[in-house]
Amino acid sequence: MKKLHKESEYSITAEDLTKTFGNFTAVDSISFNVKKGEIFGFLGANGAGKSTAMRMLCGLSKPTSGKACIAGFDVYHETEKIKKNIGYMSQKFSLYEDMTLVENIQFYGGIYGLRKKELKEKTALLLEKLELKGHENNLIKSFPLGWKQKLAFSVAIIHDPEIVFLDEPTGGVDPVTRRQFWELIYEAASRGVTVFVTTHYMDEAEYCKRVSMMSEGKIVAMGTPRELKEMYQVDNMDKVFIKIARSREDV
Amino acid sequence: MKRFLYFVQKEYFHIVRDYRSLIILLAMPPIMILLFGYAITNEIRNVKVAVIDQSKDQTTEDLKNKIFAGNYFIFDSELASLSQIEKTFRKGKVKEVIIFEPDFEENLKRTGTANMQLIADATDPNVAASILNYTSMIIRTYQMEMNEDLQIPLSIKTEVRMRYNEELRGAFLFVPGLITIILMLVSAMMTSISITREKELGTMEALLVSPMKPIQIILAKIVPYLILGVIEAVIILVVGSTVFGVPIRGSWLLLFFEGILFILTALSLGLLISTITDSQQTALMISLMGLMLPTMLLSGFIYPLANMPVSIQIFANFVPATWFNIAIKNIMLKGVGLEIIWKETLILLGFTIFFVSISLKKFKTRL
Amino acid sequence: MREIIIILIKEFRQISRNKQMLGIIFGMPLIQLLILANAATFEMKNINIGILDRDISSVSRRLVGKFEGSRYFKLTDWFESEKEAEISLEKGDCDLYLTIPQGFEKDLFKENSAVTFFVVNAIDGSKAALASQYTSSVITDFNQELREENINHSTIAMNLNLMKNINIEYSNWYNPELNYKTFMVPGLLVLLVSMVSLFLSGMNLVREKELGTIEQINVTPIKKYQLILGKLLPFWIIGMFDLGLGLVVSKLVYHIPIVGSVPLLFAFAGVFITVLLGIGFLISTITETQQQSMFLTWFFSVIFILLSGLFTAIENMPQWAQTLTYFNPLRYFMDSVRMILLKGSGFSDISFNMGMLLVYSVVINGLAILLYKKTS
Repeated sequence: MKKLHKESEYSITAEDLTKTFGNFTAVDSISFNVKKGEIFGFLGANGAGKSTAMRMLCGLSKPTSGKACIAGFDVYHETEKIKKNIGYMSQKFSLYEDMTLVENIQFYGGIYGLRKKELKEKTALLLEKLELKGHENNLIKSFPLGWKQKLAFSVAIIHDPEIVFLDEPTGGVDPVTRRQFWELIYEAASRGVTVFVTTHYMDEAEYCKRVSMMSEGKIVAMGTPRELKEMYQVDNMDKVFIKIARSREDV
Repeated sequence: MKRFLYFVQKEYFHIVRDYRSLIILLAMPPIMILLFGYAITNEIRNVKVAVIDQSKDQTTEDLKNKIFAGNYFIFDSELASLSQIEKTFRKGKVKEVIIFEPDFEENLKRTGTANMQLIADATDPNVAASILNYTSMIIRTYQMEMNEDLQIPLSIKTEVRMRYNEELRGAFLFVPGLITIILMLVSAMMTSISITREKELGTMEALLVSPMKPIQIILAKIVPYLILGVIEAVIILVVGSTVFGVPIRGSWLLLFFEGILFILTALSLGLLISTITDSQQTALMISLMGLMLPTMLLSGFIYPLANMPVSIQIFANFVPATWFNIAIKNIMLKGVGLEIIWKETLILLGFTIFFVSISLKKFKTRL
Repeated sequence: MREIIIILIKEFRQISRNKQMLGIIFGMPLIQLLILANAATFEMKNINIGILDRDISSVSRRLVGKFEGSRYFKLTDWFESEKEAEISLEKGDCDLYLTIPQGFEKDLFKENSAVTFFVVNAIDGSKAALASQYTSSVITDFNQELREENINHSTIAMNLNLMKNINIEYSNWYNPELNYKTFMVPGLLVLLVSMVSLFLSGMNLVREKELGTIEQINVTPIKKYQLILGKLLPFWIIGMFDLGLGLVVSKLVYHIPIVGSVPLLFAFAGVFITVLLGIGFLISTITETQQQSMFLTWFFSVIFILLSGLFTAIENMPQWAQTLTYFNPLRYFMDSVRMILLKGSGFSDISFNMGMLLVYSVVINGLAILLYKKTS
């Protein structure tokens, strides 16, 4: 699909993006950029506003004010165009439990416009990569959680989108499975996919190229993990977070 | 105990904060009463009638005027011939065709007898029977007037007294029936949805691992709906008595007691439904589709039980609403006490215990 | 178009794997059709009548005999006193009781007129009215019989000769035996199909909303109309199938006449079901939880059912209620299904109903698509 906008080096740009629900401000005037092919982490405690921010970027929720541009498209007026160019993995749900793996791929792939032949090829590739040959006709509910998540991710990028949004993708799995999941993310990023991931696991921040930390709707820190660790004179992201939280308490 | 109260409070919040549902819950009874009271009636009105008057004399004119006076029948058209009847009925507007034979008045004068024919569209046999009945009544009255001067010997006169409901108010039947239906549907529906909802959204697991005992969880869910049911019943009673003059001739206490008992029966039925399925959709379909029509049709609410074939009557006995309907009508309209409705009370109690015990058993095994 | 089919396939796959729902969608309507059609009848049978005969004469016994022999009445008791009769009425053992006073036969022949009394349990107003009517007509017929027997009595003969009599012949078309089932069964079928359609669509979208699965769809480039149409089609097929199944059962079990064109019936049903599905989707769109949707759906279905013309004729309703029924899709189908099945009405006869439903369908589905938000 030809892109009708100026070729830009940024997949995502946001300027003073805000979302309020009545009196409550969930996202308070955040600004940031994400370069093409970057793995960008959106960190913060639960309730900090990460998911809300992500949903605005995906075109699921209309911002109250501010500007944002995803894959070159405006978040107010061009949401449908945005959706054509992104993948999404929701926090609550990945694939339909009462359908088989193949049926889920056919569904999502089809909606994104993949033709039968393409779908077949991609399904075969996916099965091989994840070593799931022979399981394609199993219902999703029969897969363990870790596998469901890896599958959900693979399906989310089956249409080769420019950006993929992941909302707390590794909740509830063991560290080994998490590691495997991140390998998939690396592999996608190496192919040029921009990855925007939210998480409350601070150690996952190490895997990202750049991170931003949200607290109570605001961005309170942004930079590469190394920059942040240096700034706060600590050796891991967990401690960065604690230090930031403490300093906010003192204020 | 404190934990239990917190839980009840949570359920209360669930209900009250969902103000859309609450509005419907509270608005439903008055609206239904309105409909039943003013819109739903078996009295015929505005029936379109076509006429084939092959005589066109003074008598037929008089008769026609009598028939179309008032708002029972409306003159639709004069048909040219018998062959047009089929077409007219097919269009669906005209429900009766009245045919006068030629020389109607002449025949009456000369031979003392004249003939006419009433053809009804009996697609709805009830309406057809009423239409024919009303039309004949008007004709018979005219006939009596014609024969006024004659003293007909050997006359049996009849006097009628309508007991419990002198003015034959329909409200006397439907207000109790409405209470029955609303209590049954709402209580069963709400309980089944409430429990399956927790299951479907996954919050049930959290409840089950908490120190709350299953019976406490169930009770806590039931209590708010019990109160809601009582509120609804009160609304219907108030509207029923103020707007439609439906009395409560029996003991208020007994009515209250039976009402609570029935709500518990319905709630436990809802509970049973919730143990069968994990999905709100299924629970809903079962309680609505499975309960609504049978409760409306088999409880004696619209169609009297005595008219149904025996096999259906037996089946109706398994519908709890049937028993409560009998009890509530007796209390409200006849003013009787427990000595008359002890059977119904026991049966309702039995139903409740049955439903609860099966539910508890299923609930435990699922853990 | 492709996208619609993709959604359609997904819905079908999900439904076919849900055994419980399948049972409900197909089994429940059928069972209800089989059972409930037998229940719904206003035909009076077995009016329980008790007798308080204080005269015990040949005339009074003959009168009682008339009730015994009538197919509408069932003689339950002979009372010795009024108190006994009243208790029986109160307990519900009899629906009415007839009192024949002492001296009935004497008064009738000497004074030329006598009176009987009857007391009716009028809790069910319309049943009481009918029971009262039947009782009166039994008495009137008996009266006429008495008069004709004593025709040699000169005054009677003379007066009877002078009496003017209008002879009425009655005809019931399309249902000569006044078989209530002929009327009820198609009506119930419409009700059942309506409920299935309404509830399926009413719960569907909102369920995805509540479970969160709708997000995964909202984030794709799928267009709103594709989503709704894709969900509408499988339910439409299910509704039509239910209708077909119900028709077969109606014919086989109840021998409902099928006078008119079955294709026309299905064409009409096709449009009708889309209206109901549209209403369900609209409800699904404007509610957030399945519970809310359930209430709204319940609310509308009860009103639709009551104002459909099945339990009460629409013409009987006051004007404001009749106007309301124009918004009730059931009214149109209830009317047309009987016209087609029992009268053989053709396309021109039902064209108004069909037209209204078409407009309704476009408007309601359009509204559902419009109000559905992929971005909140």
